[in-house]
Amino acid sequence: MVDYAGWDMPVQYPAGPATEAKACRGGAGIFDVSHMGEIRVIGEEALDFVQYCSSNDAAKLQPGAAQYSLLLNAEGGVKDDIIVYRIDASEFLIVVNAGCKDKDWEWLSQKSAHFRVTLADESDRTALIAVQGPEAPALVARLARGYALPGTRFRFGAAKVAGAACMVARTGYTGEDGFELFCAPDDAPGLWAALLDAGASACGLAARDILRIEAAYPLYGHELAEETSPMGSGLQWAVKMYKKDFIGRNAMVVRSQAPLREVLAGIKISGDAKAIPREGCELFAPNVAASVGYVTSGTLSPTLGCGIALVHMGRGWAEPGKQLELDIRGRRVPVEVVNLPFYRNGV
Amino acid sequence: MTVPEGLRFTRSHEWVRQEGGIVTVGISDHAQEELGDVALVQFPEVGRVLQKDEKFGEIESIKAVSDLFAPIAGEVVAVNGGIDDAPESVNNDPYGEGWLIKLRPMKAEEMESLLDQAAYDEYVKEL
Repeated sequence: MVDYAGWDMPVQYPAGPATEAKACRGGAGIFDVSHMGEIRVIGEEALDFVQYCSSNDAAKLQPGAAQYSLLLNAEGGVKDDIIVYRIDASEFLIVVNAGCKDKDWEWLSQKSAHFRVTLADESDRTALIAVQGPEAPALVARLARGYALPGTRFRFGAAKVAGAACMVARTGYTGEDGFELFCAPDDAPGLWAALLDAGASACGLAARDILRIEAAYPLYGHELAEETSPMGSGLQWAVKMYKKDFIGRNAMVVRSQAPLREVLAGIKISGDAKAIPREGCELFAPNVAASVGYVTSGTLSPTLGCGIALVHMGRGWAEPGKQLELDIRGRRVPVEVVNLPFYRNGV
Repeated sequence: MTVPEGLRFTRSHEWVRQEGGIVTVGISDHAQEELGDVALVQFPEVGRVLQKDEKFGEIESIKAVSDLFAPIAGEVVAVNGGIDDAPESVNNDPYGEGWLIKLRPMKAEEMESLLDQAAYDEYVKEL
């Protein structure tokens, strides 16, 4: 158990990260992600407020639909990546990273002064269990008989799962299909036990990190930070420049006028070389003395059977197939640029 | 896990077993437990001469990298080639199949300065 953003969380269960990740991809894995923050926005100007603070277009959301988005700062850097759930015409739920919750709450509270909205921090009253994998939808359905569950990705609705009242969202962070179950903290242990009983495998933080790297999903603090631009992280699509006014818009306009110099790319260890890329390892190109990039997140992929990494690197070198070298603690290891994602299962 | 008799240990969690004029070195059960499933090991070259406490390699799991230190000075006479294909033997049999390197000691008396089983167990308890 370790301290993760102030929460006591398991790095792994007895099976170990590789086994847990395989169990998720082969069946259903469950993740206790109750540390995530939940901020509710209610009021007649809820949509205007969300549109102002969040980079994506919340107006596209019908009640019962959700989207991935970013909270940008005035300089066009990323304060956090979020999921925005539209409850109804004047109510949204914003799910934020645990490590950014306090910062995001301060920020959103401050910005809400100019809008007719009320904000509520529901983080401490909300538990969250993710059920992910090809068997996950069927498994949850068996525990939710009599309730209609969301039929497509990024949809959500209310249901009772193993007797617990839940908001069931067809979202996730593993690259597999599945649900995220929001429930009352008191109901979470019973729900967890029921999911295990039904055949799901417990997965810890290390397995979660393996899966999200394989799926090429960013992790705040690694691929994203206040100083990073969405454009340099492959998240331009989550910023809807056509929206009239939103925080960071002006800075994004300026940035988009300059050519994109750096991108987020994927590398894998080449050939038979055995190595695990780690955060901070520097990337080198043939005949270029200075490094051309660095690892933002790396791991040993049980799915691909080799070391993989997300890297922040010079755009010119980021062509799939390019052979480069990674410096791992003083040792140069051959790597190859590959297309992202490394692996996703139909989502 | 039954630990073989007569092993000596370092504070960096390597064990040493004397076998005639050669010593075998590996990492302890405590160390493999802390590390998690071993994914790979960086070995020294056969023939390299190590000083006592000199770093001779690295052992990695998904979650961590640990340096390996020579318990005594000696020349590397063998490394465990089986680890490459079966790194899990370090976890499953750290004192047997999971051995890492063999050394020809340069100063046999250095063995005396290592911890015996009881002292090592005590040391681990207090970590």
